[in-house]
Amino acid sequence: MNRIDRKFKSLKLKNKKAFIAYITAGDPSLVVTAKLVPELEKAGVDILELGIPFSDPMADGPTIQAASHRALVGGVRISKIFRMVGSLRKNTDMPIVFMTYYNPVFKYGVKKFIDDCSRYGVDGVIVPDLPCEEAGALVKHAKARGVAAIFLAAPTSTVARIKKIAGFSTGFIYYVSLTGVTGARRDLPVEMGSKVRCIKSVTKTPVCVGFGVSDAAQAKSVAKIADGVIVGSAIVSVIANNTGKRDLVAKVVKFTKSLARAVHNA
Amino acid sequence: MLPDKRGYFNGFGGKFVPETLMAALEELESEYKKTRTDKRFLEQFKYYLSEYAGRPTPLYFAKRLTEELGGAKIYLKREDLLHTGAHKINNTLGQVLLAIRMGKKRIIAETGAGQHGVATATVAALFGLKCEIFMGEEDIKRQAVNVFKMKLLGAKVTPVSSGSKTLKDAMNEAIRDWVTNVRDTYYLIGSVAGPHPYPMMVRDFQSIIGIEARRQIKEKEKRLPDHVVACVGGGSNAMGIFHAFLKDDVMLLGVEAAGLGIDTAHHAATLCRGSVGVLHGSKSFILQNDDGQIGIAHSISAGLDYPGVGPEHSYLKKSGRAKYVAVTDKQALEGFQMLTKTEGIIPALESSHAIYYAAKLAKKLKKNKIIIVCVSGRGDKDIDIVRGIL
Repeated sequence: MNRIDRKFKSLKLKNKKAFIAYITAGDPSLVVTAKLVPELEKAGVDILELGIPFSDPMADGPTIQAASHRALVGGVRISKIFRMVGSLRKNTDMPIVFMTYYNPVFKYGVKKFIDDCSRYGVDGVIVPDLPCEEAGALVKHAKARGVAAIFLAAPTSTVARIKKIAGFSTGFIYYVSLTGVTGARRDLPVEMGSKVRCIKSVTKTPVCVGFGVSDAAQAKSVAKIADGVIVGSAIVSVIANNTGKRDLVAKVVKFTKSLARAVHNA
Repeated sequence: MLPDKRGYFNGFGGKFVPETLMAALEELESEYKKTRTDKRFLEQFKYYLSEYAGRPTPLYFAKRLTEELGGAKIYLKREDLLHTGAHKINNTLGQVLLAIRMGKKRIIAETGAGQHGVATATVAALFGLKCEIFMGEEDIKRQAVNVFKMKLLGAKVTPVSSGSKTLKDAMNEAIRDWVTNVRDTYYLIGSVAGPHPYPMMVRDFQSIIGIEARRQIKEKEKRLPDHVVACVGGGSNAMGIFHAFLKDDVMLLGVEAAGLGIDTAHHAATLCRGSVGVLHGSKSFILQNDDGQIGIAHSISAGLDYPGVGPEHSYLKKSGRAKYVAVTDKQALEGFQMLTKTEGIIPALESSHAIYYAAKLAKKLKKNKIIIVCVSGRGDKDIDIVRGIL
């Protein structure tokens, strides 16, 4: 059983929901990312989603686009991110999943990418521009290596597609709360609840909800209907607003803690 | 006939998009499948192509240019004479009619040189649809006249300031808008790129160029040409003219933009210098670094300034059915002036790449050989750029 499955199992025993935090690797630098990861774990993050920046992030809104840009300008490379995770693994057992686009994975080599995930301790991959129809190779290698292949379901996904996605997904299913790109929103769509229930009716795999969740109140309301809550842009904004300042890590931790508490007390 | 059911041209193509768009692509695919054999739709399309856009376009024998070069006969397929000044209108008419059938009320598009943007804004005005065009800030500067035209036509032009601020980034932003407004919005892609079924659909709508050219050359010369030459950015005019000749013994030549030189870091020669990757929804040749980050293309012509290319071109390259070469900014300017001075036709900078290569080729060939060049657009939009250089 990999770290993600173990995490959901232990949360379930405690009757708690998962809090999943996203940050972009290398934003503003890999040194800062490496400092943030253990602190995020202490702050109550159950699963860390680590973004491998891509030059053309078509599923991302301005906040994560800017973070990707900062990271790439800073010279981050996939191999460096793998090695960073490898060295973090000495001190953390928090599940870590990569979120990136298909071209960096394809160019790296799908098999090699999954092999390195397993080698350096990355527990799963999320590739938002890779629908399950195109994911044959990735799923095959991920299965062989025990790396979770996490697929997204959307408000526009038909029941037939949801069944297909549930059949492909391991670790958890990432439900995209709204039609749109990543980024904090003031309101989340009301039909979210029924869609999450629909997914849960066809699978035992945990369903986590992301896109648009911006504060503790929203995180709490989402935690009531899903198995986990994913927050990305809102955390990335805190990083962006405090880059270069001495209390960057403290600020991120403070914000993350408030989200973790909201999710865990829902 | 390719693509296969999954949208692949022998390994190139596919559908690499966020899940949110998958249902929309499935809907588009099934609607297009019904449409492409629907007599009423095809008649309607034909009507607008001839009565509104001005088809058929002439296949003009460039007598003076041919004599000047002293080699093969050069014929020009005059897409520059179409309404809005380029071949782009063929595709926008086809797709807008499809969008209307699908009940979509809002049209979005990306544009590089602005030709596709103008052609989209035009058909949106024609049918009274809401229209928003995404255009890189760099291109907005280069193509101010087209920006103004789009606004006159009632479209909203949204500047894109991310990345290289050109066509690639405009396409990212159009996809982001589509993901957001997928339920009521139709994304009208301007090239044979993007996820399936776009490469097939845009090819079909543009294939009229080659169908006419093939018929016209047989009427004029009683035979097929030896070469067909067209410029390739995303590759829609090239695919449009190549398609009718695929089964013939005709050499197909795609001319990419070599920018400042194919061995510099500043070019857009995706097929000549790129490698296989996934960009904007399909697997094809792209410009990228070792880490799979997309490269920044460069060309004097905004329409060729794109680090990707349609998947069917990648297939034609790999199978050897078509050959791809590259022409620099400087050479394209020579082609531009050559056609202007010898024939009184001011071509688009994009088309000038094909013209330069065809001229070079013609010189080397015997007088009994025939070359058809696709003049994909007219050069009015480029006058300021050319004036700034010459």
